[in-house]
Amino acid sequence: MPAASEMRPEPLIFETGQPGRANTYFRDGAPLDEFLPETALRAGLPLPDNSELDVVRHFTRLSQRTFSIDTGFYPLGSCTMKYNPRINEAMAAQPGFRDLHPFAPDALAQGALQVMYELERSLSAIFGMAQFSLNPAAGAHAELAALLIAKAYFRKRDEGRERTTVIVPDTAHGTNPASAAMVGYKVVSLKSYARGRVGIDELKAALGPDTAVCMMTNPNTLGLFEDHILELTEAVHAAGGLMYYDGANANALMGNSRPGDMGFDLMHLNLHKTFSIPHGGGGAGAGPVGVSARLIEFLPVPVVTRDDAGAFHLEFDRPDSIGSMRSFWSNFSHIVRALTYVYANGGEGLTRISQLAVLNANYVRAQVKSFLDTPYDETCRHEFVASAQELKRETGVRALDIAKALLDRGYHAPTIYFPLLVPECLMIEPTETESKETLDAFVASLREIVETAKSDPQKILDAPVNTIVGRIDETRAARQPDLRWEPAKV
Amino acid sequence: MAQPQGLLYSKEHEWLKLDGDVGTVGITDYAQNSLGDIVYVELPRAGSGIKQFGSVGVVESVKAVSDLFTPIGGEVTEVNRALEGDPSLVNRDAFGEGWLYKVKIANVAEKDALLGPAEYETLVAEGAH
Amino acid sequence: MYAPHTDADIAAMLATVGVSSLEELVRVPDAVALKTPLEIPPALPELELGRKIAAYAARNSGATEYASFLGAGSYRHYCPPVVMSLAMRGEFLTAYTPYQAEVSQGYLQVIYEWQTYICMLTGLDLANASVYDGATALAEGAIMALNATGRHALLVSSAVHPNYRAVLKTYARGLELDVDELPLASDGTTDLSTLEARLADKRYAAVVLQSPNFFGCIDVPSPSARAAIEATGTVPIAVVAEALSLAALAPPGEWGAQIAVGEAQSFGNPLAYGGPYVGFVATTKEHMRRIPGRLVGRSVDNRGNLAYTLTLQAREQHIRREKATSNICTNQAHCALVATIYLAALGGTGLRSVAALNVERANTLMKRVTAIAGFSRAFASPIFNEAAVRVPASTTAARVLAGLQERKILGGVDLGRWYEPLADCILMNATELTTPADIDALCAALTAIAKEHDVAGRV
Repeated sequence: MPAASEMRPEPLIFETGQPGRANTYFRDGAPLDEFLPETALRAGLPLPDNSELDVVRHFTRLSQRTFSIDTGFYPLGSCTMKYNPRINEAMAAQPGFRDLHPFAPDALAQGALQVMYELERSLSAIFGMAQFSLNPAAGAHAELAALLIAKAYFRKRDEGRERTTVIVPDTAHGTNPASAAMVGYKVVSLKSYARGRVGIDELKAALGPDTAVCMMTNPNTLGLFEDHILELTEAVHAAGGLMYYDGANANALMGNSRPGDMGFDLMHLNLHKTFSIPHGGGGAGAGPVGVSARLIEFLPVPVVTRDDAGAFHLEFDRPDSIGSMRSFWSNFSHIVRALTYVYANGGEGLTRISQLAVLNANYVRAQVKSFLDTPYDETCRHEFVASAQELKRETGVRALDIAKALLDRGYHAPTIYFPLLVPECLMIEPTETESKETLDAFVASLREIVETAKSDPQKILDAPVNTIVGRIDETRAARQPDLRWEPAKV
Repeated sequence: MAQPQGLLYSKEHEWLKLDGDVGTVGITDYAQNSLGDIVYVELPRAGSGIKQFGSVGVVESVKAVSDLFTPIGGEVTEVNRALEGDPSLVNRDAFGEGWLYKVKIANVAEKDALLGPAEYETLVAEGAH
Repeated sequence: MYAPHTDADIAAMLATVGVSSLEELVRVPDAVALKTPLEIPPALPELELGRKIAAYAARNSGATEYASFLGAGSYRHYCPPVVMSLAMRGEFLTAYTPYQAEVSQGYLQVIYEWQTYICMLTGLDLANASVYDGATALAEGAIMALNATGRHALLVSSAVHPNYRAVLKTYARGLELDVDELPLASDGTTDLSTLEARLADKRYAAVVLQSPNFFGCIDVPSPSARAAIEATGTVPIAVVAEALSLAALAPPGEWGAQIAVGEAQSFGNPLAYGGPYVGFVATTKEHMRRIPGRLVGRSVDNRGNLAYTLTLQAREQHIRREKATSNICTNQAHCALVATIYLAALGGTGLRSVAALNVERANTLMKRVTAIAGFSRAFASPIFNEAAVRVPASTTAARVLAGLQERKILGGVDLGRWYEPLADCILMNATELTTPADIDALCAALTAIAKEHDVAGRV
C-alpha cells in the first residue's frame, strides 16, 4: 500500500462501471408493466453497474483512507473512542437477532425482549435510575425525549405554561440548547465560575418559577467533577425544576458514583461511548433515556416488561407516555452489543474501566502540562482540556495546527475549540483501552509538535503533509455547495 | 481604522446610510473581519415589515453564525440579490457592493438611537481588547 | 475488560500522576460516592459469554423457524455477502464522524456517494448524510416545511405509516403544532377530494403523502391536487417507507414533492428487530439551508486535489445551538454505508431486477390468496410488494394470524391494530425472498383455517 500522501484519488462509483457489467444476484422478474400502469413507473434508473471485484476494490480503498480506532489512537474528547470488542459484532450478527422482524409476536421474540429487559435493568443499576426506555436512537434524540418527558410532567401538574426555561451551563454540548428549542423551551446560559464548575450562587440567581429543567453533565466537559452537585440538584428541586444528566461523560463514573444518587431526575446515555458500540463513522448510536421514579409514566414507548410468569412483553399502553420517538422499538443490534459488553466485564470490571479511564487521562495530563497550558490544573476525570493560547501568542501556531500536525504523526486529533470557554482548546480523552506505551508515544509526539512550533512554526502551520489530501478549502465548499455527483452535461 | 463618514452605526455592527426616508443597511468592515469568510447571508423578504434592532436575518461564515439586527425599522423595499451568487462581496466591500437591503423608514427619528462614526470607532477599539 | 494495564503500569502511572491508588484518584465527595458494588453479575470469559448470548438469540424462533409475510415498514431482502464483508472492515466500523477531513476522505466519499444515490432515486437535488430512520426523517422533513412557511400545522394522509404518524405527534407535542389527517378513499389511496378546501386558508405548512402507502398502494396526488398544494404555498412531502420501490416507481421529484423522506433499511440493512435503520431526507435546492444534519461536500485542498469535507455546518447544533435546523448530531452513517455498498454491488440492473421480482411475487401472492374462497383484496389500487387482504366474514384478522402462527407462518400484520374498520384485514408482504413453497404453505393454511372458522361460525 502506498503512503497516504502518494495514493491516487479514487474515482466515484458513478464514474466507473459499464452497462453489461452487472452482477447476477437475482433472476429477472416479470416486466413491471404487467402489473403496474405505465404512469406509475419511472422512466430510467441510471445507476452504474460495476463488477463485484471493482466494488470490493473501491470500498477497500476508501476504507484505507479512513482513520479509525482500529488503525490508530483516537483521543477525541467527549466521544469515548474506546476499543470495540469483536465478540459484540459476532453476537449481534446471529440470525436469531439479525433476522427478527419488529412485528414478530412477543412470544416468538422472547430472547430479544430478554436482552432489552436485562440491559435496561443493568443501566438502571449502574446509574441509579428507576427505569430506562431504550427507544431513542442516539444521545441527542434521548435528550429530546427527556425534555418532552419534562414538558409532559409539568403539563400534568398544571405548571406547563409557567415552566418554560432550560438552564444550560456554558460547558454544555451544543445539542442541549438545540434540543431545548425543539420543545419550545427558552435557554438560559450559565457561566462557569473560576474552578471550571457551576457556581451555586450563579445557579440560584438563574432559578425561578419559570425553570423547567437544568441540564448538566458530571464530570463536565472540562473533565471536572462537579463536587457540589448535591447542593446544585437540591437548589433546582427547591425551585420546582428537574435535573437532567447528559450521559456523554458516563465513562468516568461507573461503580463510583451514580447520577440517580446525585439527585438527577432524567438522564441519557450514549451506548456508542461508554458501552463500546462501534461509532460506525457517525452512527448508528443508541441513546437510552432514564428517569427517577416520579417520571416513569412519561417514558417513551415501548418499554419491556416482565410478567409474573417470567414472560417478556413490549408495553405500549402507557397513557401518560410522551409516545414513541422512532419507527420501531430500539436500535436493537446495539442493545445486544451493549449487553454483551456489560456481561463481559461484570460489575467489578465496569468499575475498574472507569478507574482506568480516569488514570489514563490523568497520566497524559500530568505530562502534557509541562509543555502546554492546562487551565484547570487538578485531578481530572476521563478527559481534560489543554490550551494552545500561549503557544499561539508565541508562535502563531493554533490548536487547529496542532490537530493537523497530529494527523501527520498517525494520530487522530483531540476535539478542538470545545468547550468554548477555553480559548484554543484541545480536549483529550484517551479512554481505558489504550496502553501506557501508546500514551507515552502520543505525549512524545505532542511534545515534539510544541517544540517544533517554537523552533520552526511554519512546519506545523503547513501540516498535514503526510495525508492523502491537505487542508481543504471549506469556504469554497460552503459558498459553492457541491453535494452530489452529476453526469457531465453533453 | 477610521470608520466611513456619512454613515450611522449600531452597537451590533450594522451600518445605515440615509437618503431621505430610504435607508441602506450593511454590516461593518469590523463585523465582516471578525466573522471571517462569509458563505451565506439570509436576508429579510422584500415587502416585509421590520422593527428597529429586531433580528431580521443571519450572516454565516464557515464555522460561525451571527444574527443580523436591523439598525432601523420600516418596510424592506429591496435586497441585494448579488449576495445570493457571491456572498464574498460582504468581505470584499462591506460598505459598498456588499450592502444587504434597503428600507422605507417608518420613523426617521429612530436614527437618534444610532452611533456616529467616531462613537462607533470607540466601540470597536474597546471591543478589540 | 479490554484494558491493557499491568499492575506495574498502574503503579508507574499513579506515580507520574502523584496519587497513591486508583481509589484515591477517582474519589468523589462522600455524599455522592457509591458505597456498594454494582449489582451486575460477575464477568464472563468470552467463551461462556458467547454461549450465554447465543442462548438468547436461540429463543427468537420468529426469526428463524417461520415463513414470514411481515412487512409494514421493515422488509426482508437478500443482501449479497460482499456488502457486509466490506462494511464490517474495521476502518469503517470504528471511525467516528469525519471531523478531521484529511484522514477521513474514504468515509466522506462514501457519504457523498450515498447522497448522490438518494438524489438519483428520489429525483431531487440534494440529500443529507442520513437521519435515524423513516419516522424521524418525516419529523425532520416536517420541521423543514414549518421553517419554510412559518405555519404551524401539518396535513397528513392517514395512509402514512401509523408509527411514523405517532412519531410526528410526539415531536408535534414539543413544537406545539397541529397535525390533522386526510381520510382514506375506497381504493386504498388517500382521499384528496377535500384537499383544495382544506388548504384554502393556508394554515398547513405541508401535505404529507406516502407512496407506496401503508397498505401497499401506489398513492400519488393527481394533477389537480398538486395544483391546489402549489397554489397555497404548501410544501408537498413524500414519504417512502420501502426505498426499494424507488427502483421501479416514478420518483417523488417527478410528481412535484419538494421534500422526500423515508427509510432505506431495505438496502442491505437487516431486520434486526427494528433497528438500527437509516432515514433519508432529500429536497430541492430551494430548501438547501433548511435540511437537517450532516452534509458532505466536494471542494479542493491546498495541493489542488479534489477533496471531501463536512459542509454547511453553520446549520447544525454545534454552531447554531438553539437556532439549529435540528438537534441531530450522530446519525446512521454505518447503515448508510451498508446501503451505499448494496446499491453499488447491485447496480441499476440488479436493483431493477429485484424491484421487479418484488412486484411479481406480491402480485402472485395476491392472486393465490384471493383465489381462496372468502379472501379478497381490501383495496383495488396497484401495489409494490404488499397489500391488505380481507379475511372471510366468519373470522377476524387476529384469529387467522393466530391460526397461521400455529402452522409456523407469520402471515402479516393485523391492520386492526391501528385501523378499527380494518380489523378483518391483514397486511401481507412478499419480497424476492418469498418462495413458491412459502406461498403454497400459506394458501394451504389459509384454506384450512377458513374452513375451521367457517364451521365454527355455523355451530
